[in-house]
Amino acid sequence: MTAFVLRRIGQTIVVLAIASIIVFALMRMIPGDPIQIIMGGEYSPEAEAQLRRQLGLDRSIIEQYFIWIANVLRGEFGYSYLNHTPVSVLLWDAFLPTLFLVIGTTIVGLLIALPSGIIAAIKKDTVWDYGSMGFAILGYSMPSFWKGIILIWIFGVYLGWFPTMGYVHPWDNPSESLWRLTLPSLTLGTFFSGLVARITRSSLLEVLDQDFIKAARARGVRQAPLVYKHALQNALIPVVTVIGLQFGTLLGGAVLTETVFTIPGMGRLTVAAILNREYQVVQGAVLLGVVFVVVVNLIVDLTYAFLNPKIRVH
Amino acid sequence: MKASEYARLWRRFCRNKGAVFGLGVFLAIVCMALFADVLAPYNPFEQNYARIMEGPSTEHWLGTDSFGRDMLSRIIYGARIALVVGILAVMLAMAIGVTLGLISGYYGGLLDTLIMRIMDGLFAFPILILAIALMAVMGFGVRNVIIAVAIVSIAPFARVTRGDVLAVREEPYIEAARLAGISNAAIIARHVLPNVLAPIIVQGALRVSAAIITEAGLSFLGLGPQPPTPVWGSMIAEGRNFIVMAPHISTFPGIALMITVVGLNLLGDGLRDTLDPKLKR
Repeated sequence: MTAFVLRRIGQTIVVLAIASIIVFALMRMIPGDPIQIIMGGEYSPEAEAQLRRQLGLDRSIIEQYFIWIANVLRGEFGYSYLNHTPVSVLLWDAFLPTLFLVIGTTIVGLLIALPSGIIAAIKKDTVWDYGSMGFAILGYSMPSFWKGIILIWIFGVYLGWFPTMGYVHPWDNPSESLWRLTLPSLTLGTFFSGLVARITRSSLLEVLDQDFIKAARARGVRQAPLVYKHALQNALIPVVTVIGLQFGTLLGGAVLTETVFTIPGMGRLTVAAILNREYQVVQGAVLLGVVFVVVVNLIVDLTYAFLNPKIRVH
Repeated sequence: MKASEYARLWRRFCRNKGAVFGLGVFLAIVCMALFADVLAPYNPFEQNYARIMEGPSTEHWLGTDSFGRDMLSRIIYGARIALVVGILAVMLAMAIGVTLGLISGYYGGLLDTLIMRIMDGLFAFPILILAIALMAVMGFGVRNVIIAVAIVSIAPFARVTRGDVLAVREEPYIEAARLAGISNAAIIARHVLPNVLAPIIVQGALRVSAAIITEAGLSFLGLGPQPPTPVWGSMIAEGRNFIVMAPHISTFPGIALMITVVGLNLLGDGLRDTLDPKLKR
């Protein structure tokens, strides 16, 4: 188990290093001189040279990468000249709303996915099965940004039940925060539930077909305890993996959902930074997104290993 | 493959009602894109300020947008961009990803490690966020959207191909070909590739819908093909500003996008169950 954990952490570090090189290379490929972008139209050659030195742009590209990584590891992502704020402050402020949106989405997604996946598996090839799987396919086929607009129209504008935009931190006003996060979480949660419900169904069907379940059934164990005590425990293992694998998609969906509901999260920050050509912000935000995904996948894999004795033993 | 084998696969495919429905939707969208000039009742760029944001009527079946342009015509032309981006991006990703997967799986060693670690690095990026970053590098426009969506889709093709090549590589007929003195390139092209093709096709079919959704997302954010190009994503974004007065502007392109994606997902699932039954869920 220890060897597995160490190997998995090692792989994570390698992936992060490669991803950081990709992010760095991408940002260096952006057309236009960053000095010109920061300083605008007119500036003296001395000022240019000084800023170039300050930003490390006078060094070789490899040196620049290592300086950037060393700074990132110290939590320094550069300075946003447009916002007059360190990028790390911008990133942290934007990270929290995205984090809460993702947590809300996961809760809504699982609350829909697990019951519908279980019902579909138990009542295979009935109206219940077709209904829940039809809902699942619709859930992940509806683009989140469109679904968000439709939900705003129905629940925000027409019925007036929920606020249509904005974000409040949970510690500032818990009920208001929950209220404002409901529609965005529902938007993204129904997408997420579609993916998880299908996996729950197929994985539960597979377990229900195994010999130990048939044996339990033969011994007279009733349907409910059979499913909840014996089958579900085993069936949920692949579900956990899928949640990890889909986390990147979820984060991408969060970018669009934030735009629809004007939530000041990572997605809005990144898109605004691209349009304003603030590449230090883009670089930091993209890297943070990757770290988020890779770390969640690491946690999921370690949880998986913990749940699955086969991996634990080897 | 013999003709009888194709007939058997076709019969298996036809038994799956969802897949047949998906194929129908896909063919309808293809026809819509191909014959847009004939099918669209109006010029999709023609503005009519006397009739802005009108709801559905007998003249404009799906209403008009904030420039008085016919929504139905713009949705029909929008199918072109969606399909072109979806299909070309996936074909490009497939060509690069499969080549990398073949090299990686067949040769193994350092090359395998290098390629697969780069793929792991790419895989770590949330697809839309990487696509957004690529659009920042390359600039907006249809061609760049295709390239960006292709790059973010390479890693899954490389992984799927490599996994299957590893299994095929050990088969006795590959060993026999090697002993017969056939070159590695010829073995890969003639013996390895045909045997790993089914899961690649399945992956391709499933990826087209993801590519279309990614393109729509980029367009929604204003990073895709620029106005006045009729694109579903930017039409939805435009309608967002008029959701109270004219909800139809967002609703109809969204429905078109959803039907396309549902159809392609069902078609992809059907192809998977037909060509690769071991993956059947």
